[in-house]
Amino acid sequence: MSSCKHTHTDGQAHELRVEHLEVAYRHNTVLEDINLTTHCGSSLALVGPNGAGKSTLLKSIAALIKPRQGRVTWSGEDNVKCRGGEFAYLPQHDEVNWDFPITVRGVVEMGRYSQLGPWRKFTEKDDLAVEQALDLMEMNGELAKRQISELSGGQKQRAFIARAVAQEAHLLLLDEPFTGLDREHTANLTRLLRKLTMENRLVIASHHDINTLADIFDQVLLLNRRVIAFGDCEDTLTEENLSLTFQNTTHV
Amino acid sequence: MSELLEMLDMPFFRRALAAAALIGFTNGFVSGFVLLRRSSLALSALSHTLLPGIVVVVLITGVLNQAGAFMGALLASLVVGFGSIAVTRHTRLPHSTALAIFYTAAVALGVVMIPYAHTSQDLEQWLFGTIQTMGDADLKVFFGIACFTLMSSTLFMRPLLLTLFEPNVASVQGVSVRWMNYLLYALMIFALMASFQAVGPILSIGLLVVPGAIVSLFTNDTKWLFWGGGIVGCVGAVMAVIISIPLNIPTGPAIVLVLGALFLIAYIFVTSRKFRGNASF
Repeated sequence: MSSCKHTHTDGQAHELRVEHLEVAYRHNTVLEDINLTTHCGSSLALVGPNGAGKSTLLKSIAALIKPRQGRVTWSGEDNVKCRGGEFAYLPQHDEVNWDFPITVRGVVEMGRYSQLGPWRKFTEKDDLAVEQALDLMEMNGELAKRQISELSGGQKQRAFIARAVAQEAHLLLLDEPFTGLDREHTANLTRLLRKLTMENRLVIASHHDINTLADIFDQVLLLNRRVIAFGDCEDTLTEENLSLTFQNTTHV
Repeated sequence: MSELLEMLDMPFFRRALAAAALIGFTNGFVSGFVLLRRSSLALSALSHTLLPGIVVVVLITGVLNQAGAFMGALLASLVVGFGSIAVTRHTRLPHSTALAIFYTAAVALGVVMIPYAHTSQDLEQWLFGTIQTMGDADLKVFFGIACFTLMSSTLFMRPLLLTLFEPNVASVQGVSVRWMNYLLYALMIFALMASFQAVGPILSIGLLVVPGAIVSLFTNDTKWLFWGGGIVGCVGAVMAVIISIPLNIPTGPAIVLVLGALFLIAYIFVTSRKFRGNASF
């Protein structure tokens, strides 16, 4: 379905490149001159105040939004060509139709469709991927049979993360993945993101809690319409950078 | 029973039964999509718009035939559909409000123009449905619509469901969300055209909403919505044709009444089962 190669045939890590990205909604510029380069095997947090453009940047990388200027490439290919297989995306919950008559398991099975396309049959391999994803998010057993509106906020979040995991995508774009999770499942998701990174996938997620940043992610991009700072967590998370990012906002 | 067998000898009755089965199945099948898309209100607006579209075509061409009616209805629904989308895009009005403005204006225009359309006799029939006067050509059209609906929705079921569930994730998973939305729109318009002829513009939305709603009371499995809805729609419409003739009530309203009654029974059954279930704890 996509022209991107999933394995590292050339022995080199895949590179995600965002170049001079500018995004606007009508006359409102939301992102300005965004540049960043990262590669698979790392995890990157997007941090910034409300309205900084974190979700917009994730959507732009996922090719859901057409930029006014600039481009996004994944191992040299235009990002639009990488949909279906290479990318997985976790949306924010307000865009989901919760009344859909579908079980948690059904949602996670949907993740396999990017590998299967519209017609190929569901095989044992797909079943296994679904089962593993449910296990990883502790959504197996009785929870897997529930209709999705019968879940709590945190459980909904876990079901959708399981769907993204079942895709076995190379690049995971997660919009606020820790929203609604309790302490135990926060720790669980932290372990999962580490594991995905170890498997040579690239994880990019918007995140709110600055205290936990360095435990979860390798890299951080401080964002407020433009890039304030970008780099390894320990070098980038300075008092000065943070106050630059969150200036004009009361809550840090 | 013998009366029914006697009626079966009459060609008009056989054709009405066949039309009811085809239209009921198609609409019931598509009603699953209408439910998942949460677009009952918008479709109801569009179904009302079909009437002025047809009146305009009669005014221009002076005759009323199926092709003309189809073109007029399609044109009107496109004007109202895209007009309301354009208004929503350039203002802060919600789409339902924009749609209400457009479709009530269109219906009003249609009502004003009816006296000037010289084939007003036929128009009245279009208003309440024409299932008892179906010709062989009509049946062929309904058969074609049923085939198109079944084939396209079976072929594209996965991408359609992904789009309906969450379009952004669907798009990232490689689904062409735009084309799936066009397909959904086409499926709904075709189904609407068929039910429009069977029960008329005011009631047509009933056929396109109730069957899926009935099935959704019983299942958490998406695929049952479509086939289940098709069967409920088919059985309901055929039942209505059979009882409407001896009872001497108009067939179009009878179809929607039967479906409404089925929904009521299903609703009472499901809720009473739930109450009994709670009481046993």
